[in-house]
Amino acid sequence: MPGSQDPPLKALSPETGLHHGLPRQRAGAGEIHVMRLRFLVPILLAGTSLMLPTVPAAAEGVTSISVAGATFPYPVYARWAAAYHKRTGVKLNYQSIGSGGGIKQIRARTVDFGASDAPLEPAALREAGLVQFPMIVGGVVPVVNVPGIAPGELHLDGATLAAIFLGRVTRWNDAGIASLNPGLALPDKAITIVHRADGSGTSWIFTDYLSKVSPAWKEAVGRGKAVAWPAGVGGKGNEGVASYVMRIKGAIGYVEYAYALQSHMVHVSLKNRAGRAVVPSQESFQAAAAGADWAHADGFYLVLTNQPGELSWPITGASFILLPRKPDHPKRTTAVLTFLDWAYRNGREMAASLDYVPIPQSVYTLVESRWHETLVTDSGPLFSPANP
Amino acid sequence: MTQSAPRTRRGVSGGSVSLADLLFRGSARIAAWLVLALVLGIGLRLALGSAPALARFGPGFLASAEWNAVSERFGALVPLVGTLVTSTLAMLIAVPASFGIAIFVTELAPPLVRRPVAMAIELLAAIPSIIYGIWGLFAFAPFFADHLQPWLTEHLGELPLAGRLFQGPPMGIGVFTASLILSIMVIPFVSSVMRDVFEVVPHELKESAYAMGATTWEVLRHVVFPYTRVGVMGGILLGLGRALGETMAVTFVIGNAHRLSASLFMPGNTISSALANEFTEAVGEMYTSSLVALGLVLFGLTFVVLAMARLLLYRIGRQSGTGRA
Repeated sequence: MPGSQDPPLKALSPETGLHHGLPRQRAGAGEIHVMRLRFLVPILLAGTSLMLPTVPAAAEGVTSISVAGATFPYPVYARWAAAYHKRTGVKLNYQSIGSGGGIKQIRARTVDFGASDAPLEPAALREAGLVQFPMIVGGVVPVVNVPGIAPGELHLDGATLAAIFLGRVTRWNDAGIASLNPGLALPDKAITIVHRADGSGTSWIFTDYLSKVSPAWKEAVGRGKAVAWPAGVGGKGNEGVASYVMRIKGAIGYVEYAYALQSHMVHVSLKNRAGRAVVPSQESFQAAAAGADWAHADGFYLVLTNQPGELSWPITGASFILLPRKPDHPKRTTAVLTFLDWAYRNGREMAASLDYVPIPQSVYTLVESRWHETLVTDSGPLFSPANP
Repeated sequence: MTQSAPRTRRGVSGGSVSLADLLFRGSARIAAWLVLALVLGIGLRLALGSAPALARFGPGFLASAEWNAVSERFGALVPLVGTLVTSTLAMLIAVPASFGIAIFVTELAPPLVRRPVAMAIELLAAIPSIIYGIWGLFAFAPFFADHLQPWLTEHLGELPLAGRLFQGPPMGIGVFTASLILSIMVIPFVSSVMRDVFEVVPHELKESAYAMGATTWEVLRHVVFPYTRVGVMGGILLGLGRALGETMAVTFVIGNAHRLSASLFMPGNTISSALANEFTEAVGEMYTSSLVALGLVLFGLTFVVLAMARLLLYRIGRQSGTGRA
């Protein structure tokens, strides 16, 4: 069990740790995002803060929790970790290496928990001996660089978006786009598609949505973290996609909402399942998450794309936590659950301030009761909800 | 100081082999074998890792342009062609430019200019490749897309056959931009080697030629070039090796698309940038194994290129008899 004397790769005070965790929050449109090789830098949020012995469960000898996984929720975990460390002295070491890497590492049990943007299917989950829970909700946002078009001005529906990404609609003044946008001056410009070059949970959510709304897409491309894109250029990471979209006139790409917002990119408005045109916002993500039927989802396997609801943003996704069902170190898992419980209860505003959507309270109550039921060792449940 | 005295004495006295000599010989030998063992180890590891993919796709792996992680069908053609095209194009730009630089610095420039120019070129070699990538993406690509590319497409895109090379939307990124960035990165290596070998041409030879009334060009053509042929080839190979393996700068500007297109202005992919992009998130045995197989292809490609170059050097050396190996 690693003690506090672990040689940290990079020890930062909570303040600098925060800052390091959030460069993209402060990055303006013109800054160089691509320089962040975050997959190379396992961040250790350490600090010199006071130990407050008032939170007993976390102090049972476990002083650091290690996590590997998705890059998308990393800023939120970083902020939670800094605040949690201040309160309890427990460090969280989050390696933002990507969802696939997170799954690999929790499978090998080299970390205490994994974080993935795409849920594992129930069969895969059982096979790996893992359990999963939603932690944070976010949205994927199509962004464009079309001269003369402001955020939210361009209206698209699922079928048209799929046709564009299939390379079948090749110009912005195409009749299909024009019929959705009466009165909008669309330039006679070639469409350049920008997609992810690396495997990504963001791509998974985006292609899942396209597969649901377009049979042609499902047939030709399908859903995956990495797919055979029929057209376009590939950028590495959200930064790569964002910088390509901003460089190339006539480009369309997709990035995480928080990223689009902070880079001041031009998002589109999408027609949702209810037939309403919606713009991405915390409210529209929450609407999609609230309408979802978590209680009946096996292993919390639920994809939030194309959910019903008047206000639902159609490309919404949850970021998941993966935990071993039969942990080798129950104490460590208890420490993890204590942290997650704290984050559910106290981390909502922190998440919202970073443009992430905390999961609805009804959902985390359900999650915590599920912890109580499933994560049980011989000596009893690993976690008991404080106020069930 | 105290150690050097006895060593010199023994060295001078000759005959018996000292302990230090033995140690030195042993460690040098180990170092040499270690390199060989490393190369073998890398090759073996790559072969093992790529076995599942190669067993499934067979030799067709090299010929297939498909790269689909959903249906798990992979082929190396697109990144392989991308690697070859960008490296070739980069060398086509870099070699003449390096020749010019080396000739200017050694033969034409006034002495006062030589050192600053030579130092500037060596400084270029010290810049990390990612800086070139960032420059390419944020400075060169927009400029190219706005000013040069439309002009090129308009004037060259209509040509009968070659026109297809210059068509496509003005994105600024793509195979051509990647090649250009690569050539800029390769120039310092090639030109500084060329400069070094040009400088070792004996003055007697050059002055004899001048004395016979040869012009600067004639001296270069008939004295300097033949004398330095092997060294120049070595410099070019060094550059080619770098171009084949360069990752980050290319990843920034090539567009990372697994598609073959006739146009140099369209996005493509190279083996090393495909690896850099996809390895961390590759899930499933076939995907990972196919990526390792790409690595094996690059390993093999580098080996073949180097072997061919060695052969060429050997031939040149035998024909002219003036080559310095």
